[in-house]
Amino acid sequence: MSTGATPRHAATPATIAQGPAVRMTGIVKRFGAVTANIDASLVVTPGEIHAVVGENGAGKSTLLRVLSGMFAPDAGTVELFGRDVTGWSTAQAIAAGVGMVHQHFMLVPTLSVAENVVLGIEPVRGLRFDRDAAERRLATLARECGLACEPGRLVRDLSVGEAQRVEILKTLYRGAKLLILDEPTAVLSPPEVDELWRVLRTLRAGGATIVLVTHKLDELMDVTDHITVMRAGRTVGALVTARTTPAAIATAMVGRAVQLDASGLPVGAAASHDTTGTPSRVSTQAFTGPAVGTPTPAYADTPRLALHDLVVAGPRRARAVDGVTLAVAPGEVLGIAGVEGNGQTELVEAIAGLREVLGGRVLVDGTDVTRFSVGKRLRHGITHIPEDRHARGLVLDYSIADNLILGRQRHYARSGRIDRTRVRRFAEERIAAFDIRPADPDLPARALSGGNQQKVVVAREMPADFRVLVASQPTRGVDVGAIEFIHDQLRAARRAGKAILLVSAELNEILALSDRIAVMYGGRVVHEVARAHATAESLGPYMTGAAA
Amino acid sequence: MRATRAFEEAVLPTLTALLVALVAGDLLILSYGQAPGEVWAMMLRGTWGNAYGIGQLLYKATTLTFTGLAVAVGLRAGLFNIGAESQLAAGGFCAALVGLALPAAVGPWIAVPLCIVAAAIGGGLVGLVPGVLRARFGAHEVIATIMLNFVVLAFLNWAMASGGLAVPETLHTTAAPHAAVPRLASVFAAFHGSAANFVIVLAILVAALTGWFLFRTRYGFELRAVGLQPAAAENGGIRVARTWLMAMIVSGALAGMGGTNFVLGYKSYYEDGFAGGAGFLGIAVALVGRNHPLGVVLAALFFATLSQGGLAIHALVPKQMVEVLEGVVILAVAMSVPEVRRLLRARPRDPSPPAPVTSGAANTSAAPALADG
Repeated sequence: MSTGATPRHAATPATIAQGPAVRMTGIVKRFGAVTANIDASLVVTPGEIHAVVGENGAGKSTLLRVLSGMFAPDAGTVELFGRDVTGWSTAQAIAAGVGMVHQHFMLVPTLSVAENVVLGIEPVRGLRFDRDAAERRLATLARECGLACEPGRLVRDLSVGEAQRVEILKTLYRGAKLLILDEPTAVLSPPEVDELWRVLRTLRAGGATIVLVTHKLDELMDVTDHITVMRAGRTVGALVTARTTPAAIATAMVGRAVQLDASGLPVGAAASHDTTGTPSRVSTQAFTGPAVGTPTPAYADTPRLALHDLVVAGPRRARAVDGVTLAVAPGEVLGIAGVEGNGQTELVEAIAGLREVLGGRVLVDGTDVTRFSVGKRLRHGITHIPEDRHARGLVLDYSIADNLILGRQRHYARSGRIDRTRVRRFAEERIAAFDIRPADPDLPARALSGGNQQKVVVAREMPADFRVLVASQPTRGVDVGAIEFIHDQLRAARRAGKAILLVSAELNEILALSDRIAVMYGGRVVHEVARAHATAESLGPYMTGAAA
Repeated sequence: MRATRAFEEAVLPTLTALLVALVAGDLLILSYGQAPGEVWAMMLRGTWGNAYGIGQLLYKATTLTFTGLAVAVGLRAGLFNIGAESQLAAGGFCAALVGLALPAAVGPWIAVPLCIVAAAIGGGLVGLVPGVLRARFGAHEVIATIMLNFVVLAFLNWAMASGGLAVPETLHTTAAPHAAVPRLASVFAAFHGSAANFVIVLAILVAALTGWFLFRTRYGFELRAVGLQPAAAENGGIRVARTWLMAMIVSGALAGMGGTNFVLGYKSYYEDGFAGGAGFLGIAVALVGRNHPLGVVLAALFFATLSQGGLAIHALVPKQMVEVLEGVVILAVAMSVPEVRRLLRARPRDPSPPAPVTSGAANTSAAPALADG
């Protein structure tokens, strides 16, 4: 690294002794029932580029919004250069030189670059807005910071990368010494990302401190000085970039060590609790070595579920799924591993019929279902446990019973009228079978705990006669007991000859349940391997794109 | 425990709103130098205190029940139908046209049902337009129904004036007495002179039927699921766009049937402007009635009482006072009712799940939102 006036290893203990720029400790932030941060911490050295990494929902953005004054923490302290600023407002943060560049730009498209930058603190001559002074000042600032910009251009004519630079200039114009960037690379093309890194290095050379959020690791190695790893709302690691590897970061991110050591998720335990007599496929050591006694699924001539060169558009990318070909045999669990946001959601929604397929085909037992509606797919035996149970999985204001028949209301209606007696009988049977508590079919789904809500979804999506289950994050945000229960259900379905496509951000879950594992990166399957030959370490590089 | 919960969620906000309105009314009355107790008593005497008053408020409540049900069905599907006013007018217009087209010889037992069907179709067609715009193109139904009010009311005005339908020198068509629904006074003599008529029976039947449709049939099950959580409904194989379209048609048809109260039950002709705001007041009726048919009927009675009571207290305070009270009730309810807060929130045009609070990049759109975040 030749650009930086501040050397890469700036954050030696000696520098820290001078006092960190930011010290956040024991941060807790809750939104209703959701805990976004729990005992999260962050220490940033002056003059460094510091990355906060973690998967979606790990609490990165929340932590930085606490720092920028957008949220007041429920517990914990925030210190800026040794001063306690816990619970300050954004205005105070800006006054203290802390500026946040948001993921969604907050610019007025019809105004010029200069007008946007000075908006709110415009230079005036008399009562008139002094446009010349604004443009002059901006040009000076841009020259000082080494950021190219054309003050007179309209923001609507700018590319995404240029608009982001305007956002950065806006915070600098307000005197920011500490820049917070929330997912700055998410909207950028690769050349724009390179340009952003150049800009950030220049700013660092000028003495600025930069904190950025990302969940893309591969790019960070030669830009950042320190990396804070977050997982499930907690800070689980503080790494010196020069002394780590993408694989090590990935491991910390997906939380192998954390899971086994701290929270003790029952991935290993589930296998030993498996009372049905399947050979124990996973032991606590299984993550480092091939599983023993894994029954090989019977490969039929036609797979239960086959995807041929599937192409699906996503909200951000035209080809979020970019030519995926996969097959799942009866009695097989195919696990899709990968860092979130690499096309898994779009893949799942395309199979469920919720997202338009741009190219390729989806086959179930040899039948082309690519053009089937969601309802027709349901009747064809394709079920889906959605990743977001609050939005897609449940109608929260409907009762447990109504949620259990959602999608099958037709079967419970005689000439249009829903047979409440039959619904109730069915609900009571499912509630008992899935141990949903409280066992009251009339209770609204909203009143249940996360684990019991998820059991309602699983109970509905695993009827006796389904053929293919697409399970997306089936145990996210669910308590340990429910995880175990849901895993047992998935194993039982596998034994019954169902085909299961399992998508999970929990690498442990993938390793514990799958017969084969496919790794998605950038919308493609970059690696496909039998479970017996996979470990968290061997999959890591593929998940970060390093080995693709 | 569940009964308590239902009370807290459904009844309490409404009662609070009414209490707020009562206090506001007291202050208004005091500002006119009158005694609140006396004015309220006068209002009660002029409405529930005599048969004529009851008859008049029942007549008004009948129309409001239809428009309130129309708005309620829309809201249950997650749609805010502001077009009940023009749907009501179109329903009345179609009922009158069919009544006039039928020969006098057919008699009311055939003419009246045909006119009711015509009113439903007329209102349903006006509801169909924003339904299609929403289902096919994602156009917001609030904008579409507001704009359609102007279009439809202007069209009806034009048809009356230039289409030669109006009796010269008036704004109404000729009467079709063979399609008349008898007044309540023809059975209960005490109602003599009031406009109350047997369309009220239709209103009660339709309210009961709407309740059955919403809460007992699978179509109602699907409609409510779409209204509460379109993404979950879609995941259950329910066709969200089609449900929206169906809901708008049903909503329009309900409002349209309200037109029969004036056209068949009162005047036996269509008169330009007969809706007179009853469609808009239907929004308030639905909100205060918490989108439940029983609540709608009660709220319709309440607003009809206010409207008729305004006339009764005119000697002491201006009758516009009740309009202020209506506004206060609507505001108070709007602030306390969760459905309204949900509707006022920004809504995506397709039924994709909303952004989770803590997620980072999951919901970034392809083009960055430059205006806001």
